[in-house]
Amino acid sequence: MDHIDMHRLKQGEVNLGTSIMAVQFDGGVVIGADSRTTTGSYIANRVTDKLTFLHDRIYCCRSGSAADTQAIADFGHYYLQMQAQTLGSAPAVLTAAAIMEKMCYQNKDQLSAGIIVAGWDKKTGPSVYNIPLGGGLFRQPWAIGGSGSTYVYGYCDATYQEGWGKDETVNFVKNTLTLAMSRDGSSGGCIRMCVITEDGVERKFIPGNELPKFWEGKEVLGEATQKALAAISAVSDVAPMAVEV
Amino acid sequence: MTSIGTGYDLSASTYSPDGRIFQVEYANKAVENSGTAIGLRVKDGIILAVEKLVHSKLLIPEANRRIQTLDRHLGLATAGLLADGRQLADKARDESANFRDSFRSPAPVKYIADRLGSYVQVYTLYSSVRPFGISTIIGGVDQDGPSLFVIEPSGVFFGYHGAAVGKGRQLAKTELEKLKLSELSMRQAVFEAARIIYLVHDDSKEKTFELEMSWIGDETNGLHVPVPKDLLAEAEQRAKAELEDFE
Repeated sequence: MDHIDMHRLKQGEVNLGTSIMAVQFDGGVVIGADSRTTTGSYIANRVTDKLTFLHDRIYCCRSGSAADTQAIADFGHYYLQMQAQTLGSAPAVLTAAAIMEKMCYQNKDQLSAGIIVAGWDKKTGPSVYNIPLGGGLFRQPWAIGGSGSTYVYGYCDATYQEGWGKDETVNFVKNTLTLAMSRDGSSGGCIRMCVITEDGVERKFIPGNELPKFWEGKEVLGEATQKALAAISAVSDVAPMAVEV
Repeated sequence: MTSIGTGYDLSASTYSPDGRIFQVEYANKAVENSGTAIGLRVKDGIILAVEKLVHSKLLIPEANRRIQTLDRHLGLATAGLLADGRQLADKARDESANFRDSFRSPAPVKYIADRLGSYVQVYTLYSSVRPFGISTIIGGVDQDGPSLFVIEPSGVFFGYHGAAVGKGRQLAKTELEKLKLSELSMRQAVFEAARIIYLVHDDSKEKTFELEMSWIGDETNGLHVPVPKDLLAEAEQRAKAELEDFE
């Protein structure tokens, strides 16, 4: 869904080839992202923070062009501050999402931005809004985005359950992002997460070496090849995930 | 108004030596000549009522309405120059639609009152324009429940539990003060509003009038709509009966 058209990026543009996610639960939302920023095949930043503050209880997850999405988030932050000031109360998540959507839609020819807006407000409680590439606005119980998301739609569909609490939701986000990062070449590094509730925003960080472990491949070769490989293994202890026979 | 004709009243952009702007005060006079308009903020909604003076028997009933709808959840009643009320309502509709467009949610009543207040105020600054000859009652139900505001020709606006503008405002205000507005239901308030309009109408000076009423709240599902014909008729009947008892 949020596949980035590389031709539309300028030569050498910094890109958030990304795995991002937001899930609502009873008392709030959990948002999460990987930490990789690339220029082509080069990792420009391996500890990026793609979870961006819009207002006290509203954040967004950014995917696409780093420059574009930073600029949009900056404008969004500015408009929400103005609104909070004139109305004298905290803005709704829908308001934030509508503002972001407007910018994404009206400038769709110039931008490459896929954004998820999520947070908590007094009127609706927790909510998640997806704003994909052309600038649509969709409320969803959970949303995934970025290049990595395509690999884990099935996992999310099969796993997500209504009525989860905070801890189950945090685990779901952590597992989904880990799986996406392991399959998607332009996602990786660490996982950053935020739990947004009425009481506040709690940040979570999972270093790359502490990600949950999933199936990583298994030796399936016959004895003959085993022996031949033993020689290689003797030199290095890197085990191949699969070998063409 | 002792200083009439001293030259300080020719423009809204000129103060008098004692710090007044006569053009704004004259605008208030235009409001005082108009039929009374009242607004009630009760427990679960807002009632707007207007004593619309009918200056010709040739007019079609319900013509020249003085209560206008601004948005699904917003209504406005004016006292003063009818055409000024139309222009302000147009502006209010613009503001409300813009808010919806930008933020995908209905505008708070206070926000619209604030914007209109600023708009009206601008017309007290320049010699090339005249101030609005209306006092405006804005009522609506938003996220925080019902609220009611009055905007004066100077541009100031205040929030009220009960508001009255126009000819009979003094009497209407004393009547409103007697009510326990925060305890009334919308239906009860409709009867009270009709009673007050009939009470403040002075038939020795003015011949005929039409009672115009609208409401917003739980009874109407949060929409600004005219009070249904049968309820309006009942309210008028009760008002007349009570007035006869009173006399």
